[in-house]
Amino acid sequence: MDNQYRSIKVTVNGEEYHRQVEPRRLLSDFLREDLDLSGTHVGCEHGICGACTVLFNGQTARSCLMFAIQADGAEITTVEGLAIDGQLHPLQQGFWENHGLQCGFCTPGFLISAYELLERKPNPTEEEVRIGLSGNMCRCTGYKQIVDSVLDAAEKMRS
Amino acid sequence: MVVAPPKTKTAKKEAQETSKYVGQSVKRREDPRLLTGRGTFVDDIKMPNMHHAAILRSPRPHARIISIDPSKALAHPGVTTVLTGAEVGDKSLPFPVGVVAPFKYYSAAVDKVRYVGEPVAVVVASDRYVAEDALDLIEVEYDPLPPVVKPEDALDPDAAILHEELGNNIGCHRELDYGDVDGAFAEADLILKERFVFPRYSSLPLETYAVISDHDATTGVVTVRSNFMGPFSMHAVTARALNIDENKLRFIVPSDIGGSFGIKSSIYPYIVLISLAAIKAGRPVKWIEDRQEHLLASSCQTDRVAYREVAVKNDGTLTGIKSKVIENVGAYLRAPEPACTFRPIGNFVGPYKVQNVRIDAYDVMTNKCPTGPNRGYGCQQIYFEQERMMDHIAEELDLDPIEVRRRNLIPAEEIPYTTPMGGIYDSGNYQKGMDLVVEMSQYEKLRQKQEEARKENRLFGIGIATGIDPSVSNMGYITVALPPEVRAKPGYLPKSGSAESATIQMNQRGKVSVSMNTTPQGQGHETVVSQIVADELGIRPEDVVVIDEFDTAKHGWFISSGTYASRFASVGTSAAVLAARKLKKKIIRLASALLLVSEDDLVIEGGTVVSKSDSEKSITVKRVAGTAHWNLELLPDDIEAGLQARAVFRFPSNVAPDSQDRVNSSNTYGFMAEICVVEVDRDSGEVKIIDWFSVHDAGTVINPMLMEGQIYGGALHGIGGALYEELSYDDEGQMLAGNFMQYVCPTSVEAPKLNIGHICSPSPLTPLGSKGAGESSTETAPAAVASAVADALRPLGININELPLNPKKVWTLIHEPQPENN
Repeated sequence: MDNQYRSIKVTVNGEEYHRQVEPRRLLSDFLREDLDLSGTHVGCEHGICGACTVLFNGQTARSCLMFAIQADGAEITTVEGLAIDGQLHPLQQGFWENHGLQCGFCTPGFLISAYELLERKPNPTEEEVRIGLSGNMCRCTGYKQIVDSVLDAAEKMRS
Repeated sequence: MVVAPPKTKTAKKEAQETSKYVGQSVKRREDPRLLTGRGTFVDDIKMPNMHHAAILRSPRPHARIISIDPSKALAHPGVTTVLTGAEVGDKSLPFPVGVVAPFKYYSAAVDKVRYVGEPVAVVVASDRYVAEDALDLIEVEYDPLPPVVKPEDALDPDAAILHEELGNNIGCHRELDYGDVDGAFAEADLILKERFVFPRYSSLPLETYAVISDHDATTGVVTVRSNFMGPFSMHAVTARALNIDENKLRFIVPSDIGGSFGIKSSIYPYIVLISLAAIKAGRPVKWIEDRQEHLLASSCQTDRVAYREVAVKNDGTLTGIKSKVIENVGAYLRAPEPACTFRPIGNFVGPYKVQNVRIDAYDVMTNKCPTGPNRGYGCQQIYFEQERMMDHIAEELDLDPIEVRRRNLIPAEEIPYTTPMGGIYDSGNYQKGMDLVVEMSQYEKLRQKQEEARKENRLFGIGIATGIDPSVSNMGYITVALPPEVRAKPGYLPKSGSAESATIQMNQRGKVSVSMNTTPQGQGHETVVSQIVADELGIRPEDVVVIDEFDTAKHGWFISSGTYASRFASVGTSAAVLAARKLKKKIIRLASALLLVSEDDLVIEGGTVVSKSDSEKSITVKRVAGTAHWNLELLPDDIEAGLQARAVFRFPSNVAPDSQDRVNSSNTYGFMAEICVVEVDRDSGEVKIIDWFSVHDAGTVINPMLMEGQIYGGALHGIGGALYEELSYDDEGQMLAGNFMQYVCPTSVEAPKLNIGHICSPSPLTPLGSKGAGESSTETAPAAVASAVADALRPLGININELPLNPKKVWTLIHEPQPENN
């Protein structure tokens, strides 16, 4: 078994981290356990539920399906990095206003997926939001209020 | 007529103007922490010196364990200890359960495995990766036994027996008889029969089970941090299995649980298993279940086969029901099972007036995962059967399915209404609810649309379902599982009731904090309590701090505590109301002593206690509070120092089951009526929901925005179960849905939009008139979908008596000839 530790340098939410990791360490475990960024949640560990979604060099990625060493040199944004100087991101505000979350376990993944969606498509239709979020599972809300939240945030971000 | 939940922004504005918060869509105070990744879930907690557990599980459905050798695992670097099933048998006791059948259930397989995924051994190591490495090093030898998988097979005299000491696979069997069933059937104009199959599925929370157990060898206290959500009767079951006194088992539940929907009430066997591992390891041990483990071996609702026979008059009146039910509770009948069979006993007839009911109920054990509470617990199954029979009656008598239901609804003037099984429906107006859903859906136009669609050879269906939503279980209902003669024995302790408490305190500067112990899992309890307390004390919600973390060592709690059976909106809120009122009374009393004015003459207005007869006489609440904390010299002897109040709410109408097995199994009873419109794709078998109308009566709605969220979430669990989700097994007992690619959950693309309407019949039993709403459409959605699909397929002569209606099943129904008994 190769448990040789490797040195990596990762920028997370604008902060640079230097750590030693086992090659097999999952990025999700690295963020949660090694960096204490417990906002990224793990719901399935096989890449379906989307709770662990982070921005990896600007694109969404399942942190449960990547190794931490793959992130060497990368820039990552997690849910902790969305609010700036204590000001909620319009998406976070949209979720708050529209009851886009209940238990909040899936929410970090939805926020990150919605972030990427709105960067790509600032004026999405409802159907586009639904398709854009179909890689994330929520078991509490029935999705309606999540979709409302994203549409509301999109509108505010455009104005 | 359609009462749409108010929009957040408007509601917020109104709330500011009127200073009344109950009934407003107040934004959730839980959200900012959850939106910024700062919630506290169990897996976010780290303890000093904590190690990590991984569980070795059975790959076989039914086998004897010949040998188990952990030596290679123990020698693996980083491994602290290994706990085997045999040790579990030595160090713990079987779990108690409320049936007479003498089988033994431990937190791991002791000598035999009885389902795929059953724990066989636990590895504790410095790190989870190492613990999982070591699982592969444990050598287990099995001697396979024939499996039993389907509910009816378990009753076959030739079937393999799971628990030899039992002699059969029956965990519980009760025959319940209410009214004159034989008379009703003898006088019936029409008798209809049907066999139903209801699948095994789970509302499946996104956060899996999580346990951190820590044993203090100096005191013997076991402290468990977990996402357990009640009922805390399971705390007693856990303590018994660990063979420790209940005061030495401390349960702590953090403020955030990542969904549960009943599923996490069945975490307690893992609390025992991980606690045994922690005792052996001599340090705190954390176990986080993975998704495959969750699908294989956590909990789910039963799959069941039911035979239903109804006696009907020519005018469509339902006069009698005979129901034979075979519930598959899996490998071990695990508490609170067989509650699946008895939880809906009081509301078994739904909103219908039928008086004569016979239920022949079996809870059988098979080589599948043990079951437990799942959102809607027991109700979706009976409403599926009930509503399909209503459609059959309509078809047989050539009546409209809405009309048949209307003719059987309990009239509003007869409420409060006692069902033949002893349920007491506290308030409601079912005709009004039905009228509203018909009006909202423009039902006549829907039928015209259907006619046009059928002319075009399209499969267009309209489904209808109604149901009664029971909330706040009477803990006594479960004892209907025991025969009356057992319950009548002298040493037997009868069980009844349901209670909850809230604690409130005002500090020396007049600020308020409330402590709840309701184990919320996303329902927004902190927000709701702040709304209620603000109204009661005439302050703003933002001035109320609410902490909702459970700690059995610090809180006053009850066997019935927890958030399940839609308890919070009825019983938790009521406790908060009573606590606030008690505090207010104390403030007035103290002000009366300080002002020398009688209590009757005092009111609290805008933060000041003032005399109604002489407005010169007043004192600020802040000064009263300051005195209560700082200047005890001024306190009359009979007033306690400080400003704290704890209140307990309990329902007066809860008694133990009587000798005829009648019981008011819940406390408040809501109502829902659904109309679901579908189109079935003939070529793919896909069912597309075109439209959905859903009417609810949950009494007073405290926060309409949160209620809307509950209705949506609940409905999608029902729809998921009706169309996609199934914890399926093959004939050999192997699980076929071990990941999210095989266990298919609806996403935002499949989730329909609902048209929601409300009527309000306040409960006379709660201070605010509120009832539970969290399970409502979960219970009726499967019936509504089945009714709609059956309606769509009627031109093809196809009947629907089985779920889920996934594309494969529907395609097969359309394109392949059916066996006789379908």
